[in-house]
Amino acid sequence: MAFISSGYNPEKPMEGRISDIGPRHYSDFLPPVIAKNKGDWDYHEILEPGVLKHVGNSGDVVYTVRVGAARLISVTHIREILSIADQYCGGYVRWTTRNNVEFMVTDEATLKALKADLAGRKFAGGSFKFPIGGTGASISNIVHTQGWIHCHTPATDASGTVKATMDEVFKEFQSMTLPAPVRIAMACCLNMCGAVHCSDIAILGIHRKPPMIDHAYLDNLCEIPLAVASCPTAAIRPTKIEIDGKTLNTVAIKEDRCMFCGNCYTMCPSLPLSDKEGDGIAIMVGGKISNRISQPAFSKVVVPFIPNETPRWPTMTKIIRRILDAYAKNARKYERLGDWATRIGWERFFEICELEFSAHLIDDFRDPAYYTWRQTTQFKF
Amino acid sequence: MAQHKTPLLDQLESGPWPSFVSDIKQEAANRADKAAKGEIDFQIAVDCPEDLLGVLELSFTDGETHWKHGGIVGVFGYGGGVIGRYCDQPQAFPGVAHFHTVRVAQPAGMFYKSDFLGSICDIWELRGSGLTNMHGSTGDIVLLGTTTPQLEEIFYELTHNLNVDLGGSGSNLRTPAACMGESRCQYACYDTQELCYNLTQEYQDELHRPAFPYKFKFKFDGCPNGCVASIARSDFSVIGTWRDEIRVDQKAVAAYVGGEYPSNAGAHAGGNWGKFDIKAEIVDLCPSQCVRYENGKLEINDKECVRCMHCINTMPRALRIGNDRGATILCGAKAPILDGPQMGSLLVPFIKVGADNDFREVKDVIEGIWDWWMEAGKNRERLGETMKRLGMATLIKAAGVEVDARQVQEPRHNPYIFWKAEEVEGGWERDINEYRKRHQR
Repeated sequence: MAFISSGYNPEKPMEGRISDIGPRHYSDFLPPVIAKNKGDWDYHEILEPGVLKHVGNSGDVVYTVRVGAARLISVTHIREILSIADQYCGGYVRWTTRNNVEFMVTDEATLKALKADLAGRKFAGGSFKFPIGGTGASISNIVHTQGWIHCHTPATDASGTVKATMDEVFKEFQSMTLPAPVRIAMACCLNMCGAVHCSDIAILGIHRKPPMIDHAYLDNLCEIPLAVASCPTAAIRPTKIEIDGKTLNTVAIKEDRCMFCGNCYTMCPSLPLSDKEGDGIAIMVGGKISNRISQPAFSKVVVPFIPNETPRWPTMTKIIRRILDAYAKNARKYERLGDWATRIGWERFFEICELEFSAHLIDDFRDPAYYTWRQTTQFKF
Repeated sequence: MAQHKTPLLDQLESGPWPSFVSDIKQEAANRADKAAKGEIDFQIAVDCPEDLLGVLELSFTDGETHWKHGGIVGVFGYGGGVIGRYCDQPQAFPGVAHFHTVRVAQPAGMFYKSDFLGSICDIWELRGSGLTNMHGSTGDIVLLGTTTPQLEEIFYELTHNLNVDLGGSGSNLRTPAACMGESRCQYACYDTQELCYNLTQEYQDELHRPAFPYKFKFKFDGCPNGCVASIARSDFSVIGTWRDEIRVDQKAVAAYVGGEYPSNAGAHAGGNWGKFDIKAEIVDLCPSQCVRYENGKLEINDKECVRCMHCINTMPRALRIGNDRGATILCGAKAPILDGPQMGSLLVPFIKVGADNDFREVKDVIEGIWDWWMEAGKNRERLGETMKRLGMATLIKAAGVEVDARQVQEPRHNPYIFWKAEEVEGGWERDINEYRKRHQR
């Protein structure tokens, strides 16, 4: 390999340097029909799962075909997306916040050809490249984090759990039969880069063993005061230890105070906590973000732990299926999963979904816990 | 071609959903092919996608990650935008031993043209792994895996050839994100893309150079439907709203009742929900009970409306957002680390959002909050946690906004009011000897 210079001169890093220019202006990339009608759209309709029609006050129409995609995608796959955009959409394409890809066209003939083309493309391994769906009362794509493929703190994998889950709910991605949208999110540790705390169904990686302490290296790798301060339950204190006749500065951990958040490990690499038996998945349900009808709500933990069953996490997908089917069968039109559970009562939710309620599910973390305990004689038998 | 056996990952190639394993394998094959033909002089290991699959297979086998903490890597003059990443099994997987992430600022609303994105692909194929996230959770284009010597080269090509910058990371302003807004949505109450772009440009210094106690996120939703989840995910959440009347087209209401238009814009078309029932589906579900339907006429008591969007979502051809538009600002949302999850708390009930004065009103609120948080916030304390520790009223004062009953769900449950001396007649300075003249010891 020969080094190919971009033009950057490491001897003079400031020479011709361009910085602080921010993103490209969005108007560089708007399809003409979008640019023309921006701020002047009249209404929209979902023509079929994955196909939207927006009509402008000008009378202009744009059809959007929404397709699922993995969040982790290669430049080869992106180039295929771009070649489709070039062929049908004047070179324009859009991503949604849920990792879906949207192709926009302005006439029905192109729409028909585009749909047929997208639906027919498959990876060598057999999965669809561009499944159409994810609109209306469906399960759209999953927002998620990195997991084992690129992160230092995960308790599970992200791309793998997402692939397993989306295979399980593929029918619901390509149809609109649910009482309301069901938003699934996945985060591979409590840091929740994927912000799963407000999703209808959340898949969350959790640790269950306190950090190990790499005494021999800790003082070289970590700022001990930062490691101490990082613990939300004050379980970490500075201490000294003798190894091979040398006194080393290190920390001690009060293990019964650990809630396995991993914040200390983020601050100090000498406190690793990942562990095959300790790590796995919790399932949370009933969160939402939209202000529609009911207010935004947090997800609640309904399954405290499922082991990491690679490569397809069958216990996890079975539980998600059970919750989903119970919701689809029992909820009213427009009722989000959490609204349904609140209406029937969470005691009934556990019964209908055949989930065990355990002490792990009773909140005991600081003041907000109190507001989740029952303070009325109204409950169901 | 596969260097590593991946029997577990191979099982993720079946099933209908797009397989990331198949895609990585496809990238690996293309790189090997181009290298063999001499088409591209790859600047990092040609086989890094194979090594990435190898290290992932190891994690699928032993149930633990094999990535170490980030080191301090980046581009000159920036304190964010690159996340250092090293494999803890470099001998077994040399292609990904050093495998840093580059965050590239995405255009607001995430529309792209093929020449631009194609050029990003070209840079990333030559100088990186060829693997990306479209997009990261905060919204950036995430380029997944390169080596330290390539970072300045990538930055140079992005800025010089594509006129695009890196995104944020660390204790910086993170890359702001917006819903598609007015570009393709009739519900947008302000131009989310323009506000997002304008603020991103205004605060480039805060985005690239860490000066905050912790990360700070801006997100911009055009309406209360909240498609970018700003109310749950951003320290500073701007959500479009209006304060006049929902515009009603009675003829179109009749068309929904008559079944000529699909209710809920067709979103429920696949279910057996029966004929659209305007009383059950609109009137009875209105959270503030401000809708009536009598004698074929829909009436909305707009003064009582809380703008939840349900009736508008359900009959988009009959009901439209009001004309006196602006936004609500909420602060302090975050995921659970550390002090538990927080939803955005309402700071400004209504603010006009216009490009005509360069969004000055919004910027004044932001800068008031930052001045306070940078002074009062502890290391690694999100704005929401500082708010919890020091109180909502402190934030309101710092932001320089009016106190308003809309800022609370209900008044306080305890009488522990932190009165200030200047609020009490005569102040707090008193003479104990004067007091003792009235009250014996």
